This record gives sequence, structure tokens and C-alpha cells, in this order.
Amino acid sequence: MSSPNDVVITGIGILSSLGEGAEANWAALRDFSAPVLETERFAPYTVHPLPEIDWSQQIAKRGDQRQMEAWQRIGTYSAGLALEDAGIKGNEALCASMDMIVAASGGERDVDVDTMILNKVAEGAGDIGVAINEVLTTELRPTLFLAQLSNLLAGNISIVHKVTGSSRTFMGEEGSGMSAVQTAAARIRAGQSTHALVGGAYNAEHPDMLLGYELGHFLSRGGWAPVWDRDGIEGGGMISGSGGAFLVLESREHAEKRGARIYCTLGPVAADQGPVGSDRTRARLERLAAETGLAETGMIVSSTGGSHARTADEKAFLSAHALDIPVRGIASALGHMRDAQFPMAVAFAALSLHYGEAIPALGSIFEAEAVSAPASIGVLTIGFNAAEGMAVVSKTQGAGA
Amino acid sequence: MSFTDHAGRPVIAITGAGVVSSLGAGKADNWAKLTAGQSGIHRITRFATEHLRTTIAGTVDFMTPAEAGSAALTYALAESAALEAIRESGLSESDFGGPLFLAAPPVELEWWQRLALDAAGRDAGGAEPGYDRLLLAARSGEHLEFYRSSQFGTVGQKLQERLGTRGLPVTLSTACASGATAIQLGVEAIRRGEADRVVSVGTDGSVTSEALVRFSLLSALSTQNDVPEKASKPFSKDRDGFVMAEGAGALVMESLESAKARGATILGILEGCGECADDFHRTRSKPDGSPAIGAVRAALEDAGVSTTDIGYVNAHGTSTPENDKMEYLSLSTVFGERMASIPISSNKSMIGHTLTAAGAIEAVFSLLAIRTGTLPPTINHANPDPAIELDVVPNVARQADVKRVLSNSFGFGGQNTCLVIAAEPA
Repeated sequence: MSSPNDVVITGIGILSSLGEGAEANWAALRDFSAPVLETERFAPYTVHPLPEIDWSQQIAKRGDQRQMEAWQRIGTYSAGLALEDAGIKGNEALCASMDMIVAASGGERDVDVDTMILNKVAEGAGDIGVAINEVLTTELRPTLFLAQLSNLLAGNISIVHKVTGSSRTFMGEEGSGMSAVQTAAARIRAGQSTHALVGGAYNAEHPDMLLGYELGHFLSRGGWAPVWDRDGIEGGGMISGSGGAFLVLESREHAEKRGARIYCTLGPVAADQGPVGSDRTRARLERLAAETGLAETGMIVSSTGGSHARTADEKAFLSAHALDIPVRGIASALGHMRDAQFPMAVAFAALSLHYGEAIPALGSIFEAEAVSAPASIGVLTIGFNAAEGMAVVSKTQGAGA
Repeated sequence: MSFTDHAGRPVIAITGAGVVSSLGAGKADNWAKLTAGQSGIHRITRFATEHLRTTIAGTVDFMTPAEAGSAALTYALAESAALEAIRESGLSESDFGGPLFLAAPPVELEWWQRLALDAAGRDAGGAEPGYDRLLLAARSGEHLEFYRSSQFGTVGQKLQERLGTRGLPVTLSTACASGATAIQLGVEAIRRGEADRVVSVGTDGSVTSEALVRFSLLSALSTQNDVPEKASKPFSKDRDGFVMAEGAGALVMESLESAKARGATILGILEGCGECADDFHRTRSKPDGSPAIGAVRAALEDAGVSTTDIGYVNAHGTSTPENDKMEYLSLSTVFGERMASIPISSNKSMIGHTLTAAGAIEAVFSLLAIRTGTLPPTINHANPDPAIELDVVPNVARQADVKRVLSNSFGFGGQNTCLVIAAEPA
């Protein structure tokens, strides 16, 4: 049944190692044969690097580009792609009334300054605190703080794209992306919002980003394999990727009134978090699946990052409750993008419905061939260390379908 | 008494409030000192301040050992404020049963952790100091506590476990408006019918030398180090920046209907929230003040009240030249001539700017102003800025029967969020 406050997806902006834009990323995933990898620069770690981007395409002013660290640029760029895709970019009235929830962490530090401090201390500085102060006060770039501050991705989207209805930044690894999509959709459903920009971005090509994961022994040190098949590979299983995913969500009424192209309907979105033991995780997943109808869909897009324990729990859950549903672990092709994982999975699910084609298997025997194009797709994100989220997207009903 | 508001939505009751600041832990201690005009700003002793332009802050030094670091303090502050709020509400402090909305500062590995890793990397055979050696230490050693403190979801996760909140906690940052945003998200969740009760917390224990350097480089901090307690002087002619500080604030909010049904004491009503982002500049506001004006108006409209219904404004009042001028412009535009006679004061004159926590702490103080009939002063008001014609409740607290407060929060990145808090209707 379609209703005026249904949530529909009308814009998708994607930047990844596979390319730029929703269409190009869809085409690359459909024809996927091997991932784009950087294996040298951060050895023994592998990342999915960003291709060369002409940033001025979505961030016109060079001055604006300079005010951002890489993840902010990726996010601001992806947001611009989504707005353009939805036919909202440059529409002053629609942007000024548009709500925004960004999933962001940030904190890209200046590697050179950090290295200077480590050297100074290693050489035997007298008072370590004083030595740190001395380097920081003389070497830190004045603009770096803002370029690494979490809520300044949203701030830059406001400045560059003029989205100013509201601006909220959620933090906390994959969970931030789940809450962002869930909250934006709930607000639209309840009539608290008519249209919203939601998404996240991540720069994997930074040693401090790798360090966070490696402290928990989460990173693969033996190169790439499909996310489901990393058990035998040295290290923790995860391979990060640079990229961003933004969605434009609208009430069906708002989208239809302005004649927008509707990719699909975003149905239930649910998320939870609790102790990560297998039994407790399984219980939460079963409850979320019942709430969203995940196991009644024709395909499941998973954003598992390949971390061993959580991926094993996910495989066990899927084998028990969705054995007949083909699953696609899209991080095999894209890498793990932390805050952007959930929005990215929703984006690819929407594209699959829109193009009327199943996503092909991405190199793992865990991914069964799809016999037909799905009419609805489940989105499943099990955070590499915490949080679980699900959503169901379906072919849209009513006008615009 | 109606359980729905002017727009037919559930009325939101505040049934618990908690606070920690440099003045102390708990509402009683804070309110006694705040209404006595006492400052919590002091010379920094927690870490070396040589080479720093600003050497004063409102750090909270009585919660965790200095060597425990920012992440541990940020959690301890949040837990303390949340427990005070939940205990006051009479709900369970280990099985709260509603969602958690947490405003928390962004996290990074701290310097003591980086140095420990570099030393461990050296012992593991790493040649040069630097990130390769940190990564070597990370993969060869066991640093699970470092790992946890580097994850943005950790404080929320630990609070969820401690308090028994329901579902995936939302951790958020809207810079200096974060605390107000946490409250706003809680209000919206109750209005949507997703929850009968929520706990919204703002916490910040992130005063470090690097944080001071960062804000100094943006020329945001006061450098009036000589007499620390006199440095924060919102709305004064010689104000020269804010004073960084730490603390936490928390509110338990419920639908009035469910609060009444369980016989809870209603402390006040969270009537409305308003928000408007600024697209002008990363740290400066649009010169015409339109986004802040928009946020104030949106909050009043959301609450279904007019300017004449507001009896007191709890200012953002950071003591930066820019903020206080802009706040005055915005308020005088919205309230017109009446603004000259509405008392407005800034808690930051006494507790400093608690950044991520500020909006939540100031919501608690707004509530206390209503409940006690006392307006906390703006201290250090010796040289009023002639361009700012406001009744800032200068220097001494004032008795006043206030039924409804506007609390402002404005932040870097174009964040503007305002709350309207009212007494329980008779």
C-alpha cells in the first residue's frame, strides 16, 4: 500500500574505488571481476583507493577544497552527486528546507607533525608535555582542526551545496550510518521532514585510520579475498576502502509533487546493539529480521567488512534464516567504509531495483546465483565490532514507478 | 491537563536532570555556586602549559585521575550526569528501557597512547619513530583498551551497558550545539511515538593541550590568563574569547502521559526545539544573523509560543567578540524592543564553554532557573559592551518568577539549535 508519507529514494551519490556517480558504480559492480587495490603504499595492509577525482566538479571553489581533509572532500563531493542525481542541486528553496544527517567520524591528523613529535620524544626531550606543546604550537596548520572536525563535513555541505534545513552529525562507526538512515526515514514517515540528505564518507588512505582498526587486530595483512572467504588470510579480515555514499530521501508526496524520479521505496529500517557474543547477536538479528521482513526479500545486500568473528556470525544467521536468498557482500568490491557502510548498501540495493537486475555474485561461493531480478532487497549491516542494522527496499508503487 | 500540545503531539515532560561542571558534581552543588556567582575557571594543572597562549580552563579534575585521559573522563562525566537524572526520575538506573541520545566529543588516540605505542614499536624492532612503528606496535601487541578509546561509539556503548538503555544509542556531534541536539533528538523520538522515555546526555572531557592549540589557532580562546576566574566575560566590551571547559548535562524526558501514569514528579516541560544551519562560513555566522534568527523563531513556533511568553533567555554567550554580538543581533531582531527588558545571562561566565556538553548543561540550568525562581548572573560584567543593550543579570543572581526559558546553542560549522523549556502547567 502506498501512502503520502512513504519514504522514497530519489537521489544517489557514490564515490568509490570503482568510480564516480551512481550509474558508473552500478555498471562497475554489475561487471565486477576484480577489485581495485592499493597494496604497496600501506603494506602489509591493502586498501581500495579512490580514483583521481576532479574535485571542482562538485566543489567549485578551490578555497573550499583547501578547507577540507580528504574524507570531508569525499563526503561533500558525494553529497553533491546525490543532490544532482535528485534534481535538487542548485534549487535554493529545496536545499534551504532540506534536512541533513551525516554519519561522520573524522580526525584525519597531520602525519608530518605527529612524526616530528614522536621523533622529538624518542630523541629524549626533557619534559614530554612541553615538547609536544612546542611542536604543536609552531607546526600545526590553523585550518587543520576544522578540516578534521566531525560535524564540519555537514558544515561543508551547507557551505558548498546550501543545504540548511537542519544539520546533524552522527558518530560511531557503522552504527552512525544506520542511525542516520533510520532517523531521517522516521522523521519523514512521521511528517517531521519532507526531504533529507543522508550519508557518510571515509578516507581509508591514511595511516591513522588503519591504526584504529589494527589496535583491535581487525585488518587483513594477507591481501584480498571476497569478504566471506577471509578466514585463511593472515590478520583480522578487514580491508578498508575510500569513498562516500549519500542518499536523498523524500516523502512520496513531496517527490511526486515535484515530479522526481523515484528509485525505490525505503521500507522498515531497524538497528540494535548489545553484547557481541554469538548467541546474543543472533537473537538481535532474528528480532531485527522479524521487524523488517529481511528474510522475505529476493536478495540481501550485506556490508560486512570481513572481520572474522562478526562475519562468521553473519554467515551463520544467513544460513539459518535466509538460505534461499542470494546475498551480496559489496565490501568485497568496495572495501569497508566505516560510517558509510549502511548508506552504501542501501544505495546499491536501490540501484539494483531501479535497473531491474540482481547484483552478480562477487567472487565467493557463499553468494548463490540469482535466478531473477528481485522485487525487494534486504540490507544488512553487522558492524565490524558492534551494532547491527537492517532495512528493506522495494519496487515503488503508485505514480513514478 | 492535556497530554498533547498545540500541534497534537505528546507533551514532553522532564522528569530527571543531572549535571557536572568545574563547579562540582550534581545540581545542588552547581546551583548553589552558580547563583552565588562563583567561577570554576582556574589555571590548568593537569598538563604542561608552556608555549600555550591560553593556560586557563574549566577542567573537571575531581572525577578521574589525570593519567586516565580524555576518553575515560568523558565517560565518567556522562555517567555521573545520567545517573543523577535517572535517579531523580525514579526509573531504573540499570534497566532504563528507553533510547540514549549522546552528545560526545570526537575521539582520537591521545598523545600518551601514541607515545606508548611508539615505545612498544621500538621494542618490537621498529627503526624510525612514526606511524609505521605505531602500526607495528598495534599488530604485535595487545592494546585493546587503546582500541576501544579510539572508537567513536565506545562512550555510547559503555553508557548503554551501564544504564540498560534500549536499542542502538545515537552518538552525535553538532559542535557547540551538540547537547541541545541530543535533547532535540529525544524530543522528536517521543513525539514520533517510538519511545515513552529517553535519556539525553551531553558530555565533554576533552580539554588537552592539543585541543587548546587548535582553538587558539582559530583565535577562539581568551588569553586573559592572569586572573582565570575573570577571563570569561560574555557581553563585556573587553571580552576576547571563550574559556574551554568540561562537564556533562543530562535530562530524562518522557511523554507527559506516561510520566503521569507512573506518578512521576514533573520538573518541567520541554516545549519546543528549533534548528537552522548556516551556509556562510566554517567559524563565522552570516552577517545578518538569519540562521540564528531562524533557529530562535523555529523553537518558538515549535513550542507554540510567542516572544511575549519568554521570561528569561539562557544565552549561548561564549564571550567571543563574534558570538555575543551575533546573539544580540539575533535576539533583538526576533524580540524587538522587548529584548531590553528580558533578562538574559550566560552560565559560561562561570563554568566556561563546555563545548559538546554546553547545550545539555544549560538546559539543566534553565530548568533550575524556573524551578527555583532564581536567575544565575553573568559575572565579570564590569565593562558592558555599549553595542549590546541587554539585561545580562550582571554579576549578581536575581529572584524572578520565570515560567518559560529560551536556551540558545550555536556552533562552528553553522550549527544553531534553540530549546524552549517551561514550567509544568498549573
